[in-house]
Amino acid sequence: MNHPNQTDLERIRQTERRRALVRKALTYMALALWALMVLFPFYWMLLTSVKSYGSYNAERIPALFTLSPTLENYKAAFTAVPLGRYLLNTLVFTVLTTAIMAAVSILAAYAFARLEFKGKNLVFLLFLSLMMIPNELVVITNFATITGLDLRNTFAGLILPSVTSVFYIYLLKENFEQVPDELYKAARVDGTSDFKYLWKVLIPICRPTIVTIIILKIIECWNSYVWPRLVTDNPDLFLVSNGIQEIRENGFGRENIPAMMAAVVVISVPLIALFLVFRKKIMEGVSRGGMKG
Amino acid sequence: MKHSDLKPWLYLLPAILFLGCFMVYPLIDVFVYSLEEGYNFASQTYFGVGTYNYSYVLHDPYFLQAVKNTLLLVVITVPVSTGLALLISLGLSSIKPLRDLFQTIYFLPYVTNTLAVGLVFMILFQKTEYTDGLVNLMIQWFGGPSVDFIDGPYWAKMTVLCFYTVWVVLPFKILILTSALASVNPDYYKAARVDGTSRFRTFTRITLPMISPMIVYLVITGFIGAFKAYSDAVALFGTDLNAAGMNTIVGYVYDMLYGASGGYPSYASAAAIILFAIVLTITCVNLLVSRRQNQ
Repeated sequence: MNHPNQTDLERIRQTERRRALVRKALTYMALALWALMVLFPFYWMLLTSVKSYGSYNAERIPALFTLSPTLENYKAAFTAVPLGRYLLNTLVFTVLTTAIMAAVSILAAYAFARLEFKGKNLVFLLFLSLMMIPNELVVITNFATITGLDLRNTFAGLILPSVTSVFYIYLLKENFEQVPDELYKAARVDGTSDFKYLWKVLIPICRPTIVTIIILKIIECWNSYVWPRLVTDNPDLFLVSNGIQEIRENGFGRENIPAMMAAVVVISVPLIALFLVFRKKIMEGVSRGGMKG
Repeated sequence: MKHSDLKPWLYLLPAILFLGCFMVYPLIDVFVYSLEEGYNFASQTYFGVGTYNYSYVLHDPYFLQAVKNTLLLVVITVPVSTGLALLISLGLSSIKPLRDLFQTIYFLPYVTNTLAVGLVFMILFQKTEYTDGLVNLMIQWFGGPSVDFIDGPYWAKMTVLCFYTVWVVLPFKILILTSALASVNPDYYKAARVDGTSRFRTFTRITLPMISPMIVYLVITGFIGAFKAYSDAVALFGTDLNAAGMNTIVGYVYDMLYGASGGYPSYASAAAIILFAIVLTITCVNLLVSRRQNQ
């Protein structure tokens, strides 16, 4: 036998549950809609890159799928324009810039975190204040400097101004300071030199942060456009961003969009692969202060 | 004794050299450039010192167009992207299954090359002799007239630029807001539920105040980022942004420095300093407003 109050309660619970279900369904639908918005451009570039030139241009109404995929556009992307060259340049640029950045940042962070010297706080404050300086302000003189040193269209000209990252020094310093003092004192007692301690103890312990920094820098290098555009006008030294702009304006002929999309796919794949492998690390690193800029 | 005094500086030396050459010196030099009138890049000579460069830039119709474009972009994309990111993050934090998948997908634009993916947006929105493009096709399904978003009217070009900018900046904002939402102490929500507080009230009284520092952070970085917009516009409209009427302030700086209309580092410097002044002012105003609200 049911008490009237209990059925009321039951009914209220039921509507509550139904409401929660509807809310959940709507949430999922909205989230899926945005996921579609994000994924669609990727789908579209993949799809277009496997349509043949003829069939793409014959479509007055763009087809949402293709039944006869072809790889000829990828062949064109590597033969008709020097896409392989652009990729190689970007790889060299990325590896060298990231390696120098890591070395410079680790050394500086070690000095701030472990060594004692006069004016340390002042110097660190000066470093931090440099974080506020936008790139746009310094790029003009850097362009003049690199031109003056006759380093235009060289890797040195591309790399040198791109090395400095105050933020990464700051991030590393914070991390180094978390390593207990006792380790350092023990190493000093054993007569270990500072450099050896840094190399054998600190770097292995702080590897996660170092890896994060390296990955963030790789993303930054792979996508850099403005500086490479300023200091290179020789296509032999173009990075992928400039390469794709060059392809758009002069390569393939304006209408060969499938080949263009094949190049876009080739350029996008390395970073997406890197992201899928290091997903957790990248997202954590970015949330600690990465800005796409 | 002497040796150990020197050692820290040795460790700092590379960083100081790089920062000195490519940040501190240029920072001073840019002000010098901006005051040198009639500077010639080739002969490195100038007529005199004064504020002519600033007045030239401020009267240049291309610069005014760039300021207008940038301001519109800022005013539209910052609120839209922050609001959208908040909605998406709220949705994300209310579900469990598939959450990781959604988060991964939403982050993808962050790791893509802006120039490369911009080309995809261009072909989606462009109208050519061969095809009206996918977006126009969808507009026609709903009975609207087709528009060329890449070479057409100003509002259409602005729409694509804003849309692409939002698409590019959302991953960062979603990431920051989801972790901010996850860090709100669940006890507050439990207490609110016990008190029978409505969902809307829970949101405005608990969630919003708890994550407001992060929203302020996103608005400020969003302002700064949007004021520096450039490569998104290049990706959509090509390198000659002045001809497309879609130049941004940063684009103006680079065009003055280099390219078809380049060779004027003094004008470029003046424009860059004006940009920096605008950004600094707005950031300070933002900080003041948010501090007052928190008090």
